[in-house]
Amino acid sequence: MAEAKTGRIIKVAGPVVAAEGMLGSRMYDVVRVGKQNLIGEIVELKGDTANIQVYEDTISIGPGEPVVNTGAPLSVELGPGLIGSIYDGIQRPLDQLYKVQGDYILRGSQLPGLNREKKWHFKPVIKNGAEVSGGDIIGQVQETELLLHKIMIPAGIKGKIDELSEGDFTVEQKIATVTAGSGQKHEIKMMQKWPVRMGRPVKQRLAPHTVLQTGQRVIDTFFPIAKGGTACVPGPFGAGKTVVQHQLSKWIDADIVVYVGCGERGNEMTDVLIEFPQLKDPRSGQPLMKRSVLIANTSNMPVAAREASVYTGITIAEYFRDMGYTVALMADSTSRWAEAMREISTRLEEMPAEEGYPAYLASRIASFYERAGRTECLGKPAREASLSIIGAVSPPGGDLSDSVVQATLHVVKVFWSLVGKLAYQRHFPAIDWLTSYSFYKQYLAGFFENKEKGQEMVALAQEAMSLLEQESQLAEIVRLVGSEAISPADRMVLQTAKSIREDYLHQNAFHEIDTYTSMEKQFEMLKTILYFHKKGLEAIEKDVDTEVIFKLAVTEDIARAKYVPENQMETITKIRNKTDEQFKAQFAGAKNA
Amino acid sequence: MLKEYQTVNSISGPLMMVESVDDARYGEVVEIEIGDGSIRHGQILQVERDKALVQVFEGTEGIDIDSCTVRLLGRPQQLAVSPDILGRVFNGTGEPKDGGAKIIAEKLININGNPINPYSRDYPNEFIQTGISTIDGLNPLVRGQKLPVFSGSGLPHDEITAQIARQATVLGKGEQFAVVFAAMGITFEAAQFFINDLTNSGAIERAVMFINLANDPAIERIATPRVALTAAEYLAFEKDMHVLVVLNDMTNYCEALRQISAARKEVPGRRGYPGYLYTDLATIYERAGRIKNKKGSITMVPVLTMPEDDKTHPVPDLTGYITEGQIILSRSLHRKAIAPPVDVLPSLSRLKDKGIGKGKTREDHADLYNQLYAAYARGKECQELATILGQAALSEEDRKYMTFADEFEKRYISQGYYENRTIEQTLDLGWELLSMFEDSQLKRIRVEFLKKYMPKFRK
Repeated sequence: MAEAKTGRIIKVAGPVVAAEGMLGSRMYDVVRVGKQNLIGEIVELKGDTANIQVYEDTISIGPGEPVVNTGAPLSVELGPGLIGSIYDGIQRPLDQLYKVQGDYILRGSQLPGLNREKKWHFKPVIKNGAEVSGGDIIGQVQETELLLHKIMIPAGIKGKIDELSEGDFTVEQKIATVTAGSGQKHEIKMMQKWPVRMGRPVKQRLAPHTVLQTGQRVIDTFFPIAKGGTACVPGPFGAGKTVVQHQLSKWIDADIVVYVGCGERGNEMTDVLIEFPQLKDPRSGQPLMKRSVLIANTSNMPVAAREASVYTGITIAEYFRDMGYTVALMADSTSRWAEAMREISTRLEEMPAEEGYPAYLASRIASFYERAGRTECLGKPAREASLSIIGAVSPPGGDLSDSVVQATLHVVKVFWSLVGKLAYQRHFPAIDWLTSYSFYKQYLAGFFENKEKGQEMVALAQEAMSLLEQESQLAEIVRLVGSEAISPADRMVLQTAKSIREDYLHQNAFHEIDTYTSMEKQFEMLKTILYFHKKGLEAIEKDVDTEVIFKLAVTEDIARAKYVPENQMETITKIRNKTDEQFKAQFAGAKNA
Repeated sequence: MLKEYQTVNSISGPLMMVESVDDARYGEVVEIEIGDGSIRHGQILQVERDKALVQVFEGTEGIDIDSCTVRLLGRPQQLAVSPDILGRVFNGTGEPKDGGAKIIAEKLININGNPINPYSRDYPNEFIQTGISTIDGLNPLVRGQKLPVFSGSGLPHDEITAQIARQATVLGKGEQFAVVFAAMGITFEAAQFFINDLTNSGAIERAVMFINLANDPAIERIATPRVALTAAEYLAFEKDMHVLVVLNDMTNYCEALRQISAARKEVPGRRGYPGYLYTDLATIYERAGRIKNKKGSITMVPVLTMPEDDKTHPVPDLTGYITEGQIILSRSLHRKAIAPPVDVLPSLSRLKDKGIGKGKTREDHADLYNQLYAAYARGKECQELATILGQAALSEEDRKYMTFADEFEKRYISQGYYENRTIEQTLDLGWELLSMFEDSQLKRIRVEFLKKYMPKFRK
């Protein structure tokens, strides 16, 4: 162990401070900088000089002030009390800071991440005398209605457990003792600490194989994400990245959602804070806040803490994964994270690579996304869990050749490309169906219990996508020669593609019903649209005028199917009967003529 | 007890290096007395052991290494505030410029401010009626929002911001209102236009001006928006006023920042702007907002001119990523004499959904603007098609959308700089324009609203 070293500041340049007399310090040790006790982290060591990135504003700090090494790396506190919290980038609780400091974030505060006073009711699930090792679940706490918080043995501890009892404890009180073979005793508390830059261990990593439902039609049907998968959402400003991220964190079928607002707008975090306690989880009916952890390091908060915020978020997410849960992490936006790296790198006078970003940008991004995955958790009982990462990227000018986008696309398996053109037409979510992709499409069929239905859904999705593809080619021709010049069947294709776009892909996040669509309803809706297409083509064979088909009253029902509540699914089925009837009437008309 | 040094070692561009200083602090303000006895101001950008790098606000012209004296003031840059700042004109660093007396400070505030705790923010959701249809109807502004105007050289952004400052009201309330105007590198004419407009409407009494004109020192511009926002925070959160801050023009601010960065020989990012431009702009824009349990608010309308109308230029691009939407002006509408020439399709207000609807504007507002957007977008597309293929090649439906787009521009967008429309008038105008379509084409509007608000169904 390195001893607590005290050095002196010799240089201050924005968020980077250099101190001498720091011999014996290790990389990434946390230090206290200056008389105001600002929090910093060692990012470079040269002889006895340490370069420190400071997580708080360094104004009025000068040479000669002390720097104290705490001897520990940047860590987060893990235990009951995480759920429903809102933290800054280095796990300081913003709600507590508000109580202590008021409206603005002042410097040098030292509040712990977990509440020390609150008592939680702990219930053991194993017996005294059992042999335990790292990752074993020894008990649980009902943290919220939605979450049973499993208490695990910290990694690296092994032995016989004793003094385990049910009762109310704070996170720092002893709940059990583990005696190792060597006779060494470890006190077990509900809280454990973990360094953020290191992934938490798992027994084994597994390949993802199930779709993670999001309730967003364009995503679930065409570009699904898997449990344990990774996705990236790049797009220019105004294309709706944040709305997509918010929608996913609201409706995604996960036990825990960790939302990292990294260098984004303050008001957006406020929106989440106000909305989440009010919104109900569609499955349990409980407020969404009861399964969420928020990390908010907005754009005007110190840049070094922004760099740390994604690590803080993912470490918390991994902790819940280790309990055996399905966890999703949203990071909005990873570009701001990359920019924070760039800023620190510039101040350290490192040799820049592309666009001033540090040369290690791609490897940092890759290792961040690699912390996602489906896993077999460490310890007993055997359990599987998953951690999915969905990262927004904000490329300058929406240019996808940007270094951050490219580095991200190398590692992620799902790409939702948001484009400005769709956003200007108020087509939301503005996910471009022609350029987006998902490597998890093959798992869509498995989502339905009924195998045939699953196959049918896949077929429907394929047919719809091929219609959209045909539309893009036909649109070229129409642009050259006009819509009158193409065949009636092609006109039907254009009409159906339009219907898929407007009635299916377009989804209003602010409409109380349209905001979430279950997989069942997606199936019914898509089936109805394509049923109309089939009937239309049949009618065209019999020389029914396309204009007549497009004006059938049932088209309006199809357009409004998205507003049908989840519990009235038969209304959508009935639209298909109505389609039959109205076409029959047309055929009758055609024969008479 | 101030420490004085005559140890300037080098001067380069706006920067000077002072040696053998004791106890210099990052961000500290200095006074520089030069040979002829005049005083300039500066700020420490970096300290390394006993060397301090100072940025000189008024420029380094005429400073010599031998005779200049540097005084460390031992504090960061501050602004003296009191209620008397209302109605006054200051320079870009907050010194009176109108010949009036110095402000007797109620308090001195660090101009850099502190970040608002996201937890203490209150969500902006009070609709501000600007009287401009394209804003109220399609891109509603709410209290505490930051909504920039993306303009270009030769476009009437001054007229629009003046119109907003003149007409902005919150429905049904008579509250304390103030305007803070920060001019950064704009011309005397542009600044005077704004001042005259405020004078004519009587709002000058409730305005605070910070003026850094095009021929004022460029480096001073770095401080101007911060000084202005410090004044705004004081008025909003300590004096319970609703403050509208106009920052004109942010492009000049960014250029000043680039100048400093280049002088420091920093690794440049896109187009020579520093890599920290995003963070720097965020520390300005994010000072807008509302705070829980505070009556006042800061609503911000920054103006920026896009070089060559290029929205992907770093200044508009990074601004767009921080602000809550943008109002984009269109050169082609301006040429068609449509005023204000707001380019509706790429303009956006991100906070609109919380500020409109039942009890705020009207229940049909959201559906209505969705439909107007969709119809106008379709109409514009058809217009493009028509230029390639000729009108004859379009279907009847397409021609209808084209007509709609024309009418929409002539009647909805165009209103002039002095017509003040109520939100009711704006909404009803939208319905009137949509009435040329059949009900089944208006897919984005709920049937019950169609039945209630469509002119033909109304008595």
